[in-house]
Amino acid sequence: MAIANEPGRFNAFLSIDALGKIRLYSPNPEIGQGIKTAFPVVVAEELDVDWSQVEVLQANLDTQNFERQLTGGSGALKHSWERLRKAGASVRQMMMQAAAKQWNVDVSTCKTSKGFVLGPAGQKASYGSLAEEAAKLPVPATVTYKDRKDYKIIGTRVRGVDNRSIVTGKPVFGLDIRKPGMVFAQIVRPPFGATLKSFSADDVKKMPGIIDVVSFKNKVAIVGTSTYEILQARQNLTCSYTSESALESNDTHQAWFEAGMKSDKATVQRKDGDFAKAISEAAKVIEATYECPFISHSPMEPMNFFADVKPGAVVLAGPTQVPQPAQKAVATLLGVPENTIQVELSKMGGGFGRRLNNDFALEAAELSSIIKKPVLVMWTREDDMGGGTYRPAVRYHFKVGIDAKGNITAFYLRGVGLNAGNSTRQDNFPVGAIDNVLVESFDQKSAVTTGPWRAPITNFLGFAEQAFLDEVAEAAGKDPIQMRLDLLARVKSNPVGKITYEPDRFAEVIKQAAEKSQWKKKPGVHQGFSVYYSHFSYVAQVADVQMKNGKPQVTQITAVTDCGEVINLSGAENQVKGAIIDGMGHAMFAKLNLQAGVTSPTNFNSYRMIRGNEIPKIDAYFVNNGISPTGLGEPALPPTGGSIANAIYAATQKRFYKQPFY
Amino acid sequence: MAITLTINRKKVSLDIDPNTPLLWALRDHVGLLGTKYGCGIAQCGACTVWVNGEATRSCVLPISAVANAQITTIEGLDPAGNHPVQQAWDELDVPQCGYCQAGQIMTAAALLKKNPKPTKQDVVDGMAGNICRCGTYHRIQEAVLLASKKTKK
Repeated sequence: MAIANEPGRFNAFLSIDALGKIRLYSPNPEIGQGIKTAFPVVVAEELDVDWSQVEVLQANLDTQNFERQLTGGSGALKHSWERLRKAGASVRQMMMQAAAKQWNVDVSTCKTSKGFVLGPAGQKASYGSLAEEAAKLPVPATVTYKDRKDYKIIGTRVRGVDNRSIVTGKPVFGLDIRKPGMVFAQIVRPPFGATLKSFSADDVKKMPGIIDVVSFKNKVAIVGTSTYEILQARQNLTCSYTSESALESNDTHQAWFEAGMKSDKATVQRKDGDFAKAISEAAKVIEATYECPFISHSPMEPMNFFADVKPGAVVLAGPTQVPQPAQKAVATLLGVPENTIQVELSKMGGGFGRRLNNDFALEAAELSSIIKKPVLVMWTREDDMGGGTYRPAVRYHFKVGIDAKGNITAFYLRGVGLNAGNSTRQDNFPVGAIDNVLVESFDQKSAVTTGPWRAPITNFLGFAEQAFLDEVAEAAGKDPIQMRLDLLARVKSNPVGKITYEPDRFAEVIKQAAEKSQWKKKPGVHQGFSVYYSHFSYVAQVADVQMKNGKPQVTQITAVTDCGEVINLSGAENQVKGAIIDGMGHAMFAKLNLQAGVTSPTNFNSYRMIRGNEIPKIDAYFVNNGISPTGLGEPALPPTGGSIANAIYAATQKRFYKQPFY
Repeated sequence: MAITLTINRKKVSLDIDPNTPLLWALRDHVGLLGTKYGCGIAQCGACTVWVNGEATRSCVLPISAVANAQITTIEGLDPAGNHPVQQAWDELDVPQCGYCQAGQIMTAAALLKKNPKPTKQDVVDGMAGNICRCGTYHRIQEAVLLASKKTKK
């Protein structure tokens, strides 16, 4: 796409036309993380325009003009910060140059304000009036950025750019896509590990509104003219399946965990010093095992995708966190060139990692190519919960040795995951503070499909580790906060091996959380602490628990986050609070059972999602250090289960070793 | 036999299976896409609309049961978005992904019609039936209280 040919389009991120209309293009898929608002805030700041002057548009997949056009790993701002600043600042500079030329003054005597260039003798010209001349200038090789003390938009509370569309019910999501000639479809998928043997579609085809029933890749697709007619017809579909080996169940997985823990084939992920020797010499040994099940992502908008496969032109549209891989995968599937596939991005009713796997896009494309019609494939809630790319089930075993003074001398972790890859984060704290470390992982292949789930691996590892360190602190007779600070002081003065985190930033969030939460200074309140580093950001949490009618109730969570520069304070608070509620709800309630390759529960009547009457007060604070921004969509989640479990322990003397807690 | 009902103050005649849930009639036959499908079993509240002014789950409500009824959807609450609940939702920047918010807003607006000056606890209880997977619950509760303040007595 030749952006230069579009009138007023200065670069991939912005256009200014002669009438002064400023359009900012946000390339990354919006799943609720607020990127469609945050990216343009950075561009508008450096362009030096008023936020009310800009219109924000979602850019479609454009691999020539954007890099990393995806949503995952909380990496968007970290990756794009400099690019966004440059996109704005370079155009601001071109505007000043154009004005300086027009006024015959030196560019250094010009300044900008709210979309105008101001000259030394009181001259004033709008960006719109300068746009045509400015566009003829070369893009400056070097640009000057604003001093952060001059920021007018960054760090303020900016409302989501789609708020008005959302509150008035505009059709902005994947399931709202309507195209000429489009038909609807639902797909029946096999149990995990099973193969479709046969299906009987005669009764289905006779049902009103049904256009076709087709099968591909172990699936049966019912195509029709309306959602309800397909839902009805689907009840008449019978499929029979076969499998080469016994289909997996909960018992299978328990046996695999046992075997994985004993296996001599684990991968050593990290080794410092001599763990075996150190543990044998320890004054005290503490060990514990933690376990979590597979869990579904369950975004409020179930999976869906639109595809229109025509010879020479394919249109894909809908909610995907990764449009470019969708384009590539569909190109491979259909055997067509990538540049004949257009990918339109819709807003997404949540993602949480589920929309990183383009299975839904591939299905829609394959179905459209078979039925030769534009089609919107909808997953029902049951399809979505039963056909996930789940958070992998994992079991961890920790073992720590402490000396007579209560110092940790030996640290061991083995993670056994089912389709989890490396289920450890071997270079993360407290590794780096301990002389003798052994971290191992063992991965067991399963027929259950898994994938990243908000804060992959660390969403449960964070809980397990932070709950375990609480036990260690107790056994060592130390305050859990002081123990971490002592460990971080050790890292700073004399780190052991490679570390991925900055001990000073780690210590700062811990200290601020202790202060803001009035750590151990609230009468009648039981507190639990946790802190975790992920996606280049640091989050410390204190959970408050009070006993009400003999039951522990989480009444408050104080979170201190260091994600560098906060771009949009409102959005940042939303991410922290949302991630904490997400972490809390799933730690307490989320479960998934497996019987013969079929998961349950399948809907919100039996799958308990945390509700608004179950949430604690949450205070979200941010460290104001002006460091380049890092991740925020995920980092507040990993510490949550730990702070809550540790607070409940403080109140009840009962520890949790499994999720869900209840 | 066509079923006639009033949707957002307009008479609509639907000649479809009378068992069709109102949700799918709205989305697939009337072309009003603001009302959302979340669970299909009246558990999440994403499909909440008003039936004769009462907040109702449209995903399990056959259109045969709402013949001649007055239906209000998110599109009909105030198309300009100036209903106090809509304003409060924007001002407090409630939405994250936004998918559940039509149902949240319809529930909130119905709550305030019945109880214009709710306590915090009234709001917490009244909104507990609607799931938000992004966890916007704090701001939902704050926004209902703000909308209550905005509503003229």
